Amino acid sequence: MVHRSHHDMGGMDAGPVEQIDHVHVLWEKRTDAIMRLVTDKDRKIMTVDELRRGIEQLGPEVYDKMSYYERWITSVTNNLLEKGTINVDELGRKMAKIEARWQADGATKV
Amino acid sequence: MSNSYLVGDAVDVRIAYPPGHLRAPFFIRGKSGTIDQVVGDYHNPEELAYGRKGTEKLMLYRVRFNQTDVWNNYTGPSKDSLIVDIYENWLEPNEGALK
Amino acid sequence: MSDTPSHDHDHDHSHGPHPYQPDSEDTPYEHHQVMAEAVGELLIEKGVITADEMRAMIELIDSKSPAEGARIIAHAWTDPNFKMRVLENVNDAAAELDIDAGTIPIRAVENTDDVHNVIVCTLCSCYPRQMIGLPPDWYKSRSYRSRVVYEPRAVLKEFGTNISVKTEVRVHDSTADLRYLVIPKRPDDSEDMSEDELAALVTRDSMIGVTSL
Repeated sequence: MVHRSHHDMGGMDAGPVEQIDHVHVLWEKRTDAIMRLVTDKDRKIMTVDELRRGIEQLGPEVYDKMSYYERWITSVTNNLLEKGTINVDELGRKMAKIEARWQADGATKV
Repeated sequence: MSNSYLVGDAVDVRIAYPPGHLRAPFFIRGKSGTIDQVVGDYHNPEELAYGRKGTEKLMLYRVRFNQTDVWNNYTGPSKDSLIVDIYENWLEPNEGALK
Repeated sequence: MSDTPSHDHDHDHSHGPHPYQPDSEDTPYEHHQVMAEAVGELLIEKGVITADEMRAMIELIDSKSPAEGARIIAHAWTDPNFKMRVLENVNDAAAELDIDAGTIPIRAVENTDDVHNVIVCTLCSCYPRQMIGLPPDWYKSRSYRSRVVYEPRAVLKEFGTNISVKTEVRVHDSTADLRYLVIPKRPDDSEDMSEDELAALVTRDSMIGVTSL
């Protein structure tokens, strides 16, 4: 009985490679920076393997819908929550605070 | 971990389809190749992925496959190859292979 | 030009094209942007990381581009002994040129008349980012990751690259702790070029192996 995980896509049929690229925006670089810092040898809070596993566990629909760094920040956050580095309550409060702050600053929704 | 394989050894990739984190791609399982390089000992990513230390290290190998052995309908020349980095726990000796 | 955070309250007012995300009023994109900001702030407040470390890391990410890889390639073309050391261990060889290639081991694979190498990570998107910067979107795409392992020549054709049937196409799937960098073949008619001129010829795509120079 064979089972192929959704992310394990080598050999699957797919269309032409869309030769696109995009300039990475700050939040994406911040995500990458957070990941590098929490996995570094001084902290070792999580590993790149846990990042990958967290992404693989998102499930096929979410995996496809999310962009690369959306998957990253979701996995990093889930891992940090599991480890107790941050907790759900403070994360929720912080996110609400940030949204309010940005709204007050008049940030353009894109 | 002791070095189980040498460069040039014929190996098969183990056939198994567990859920969970692993680094032997689906397409290479059950395929036969040869050891191209003995890379070194590493912590097992299948353990690290679950927050464990993976302290019993695994030997990592670069394994070379002929594309025509991997894909039923490979359209390129028979010299084309594929090299995959595979940990020892996914490799078995291919005793039937001609040396 | 890269964004530079002035302090922790920076945020984006615009972003680049987002090909995989349908436009909507409540696009999840913003949710993740807020999440990234929140996690960053919490980690700093808790002393897990410092604001300076965050700033420095983003600057490091911004500083990495294919240019450093190009310098290594150009020097390898002109100095056969250096090329041997590059083929041994890219990170150590890079240090000779004052290039910090990071801690993840990078291996070089050389294109010749007999072998054309191309790199992929089918399982995620591993790439020698600590040396040559972040990978392009297409490298991380479903199409590239799915197809280059079983029809590399067709994928290379899409990039305008035709490899002779006399040359082996060798695909490397970066499934473990190593990252790969292709040493492209030195272009003909480049004998009189300086190293800087040679480095200017080397593209990111040639170091992934989807193009020749």
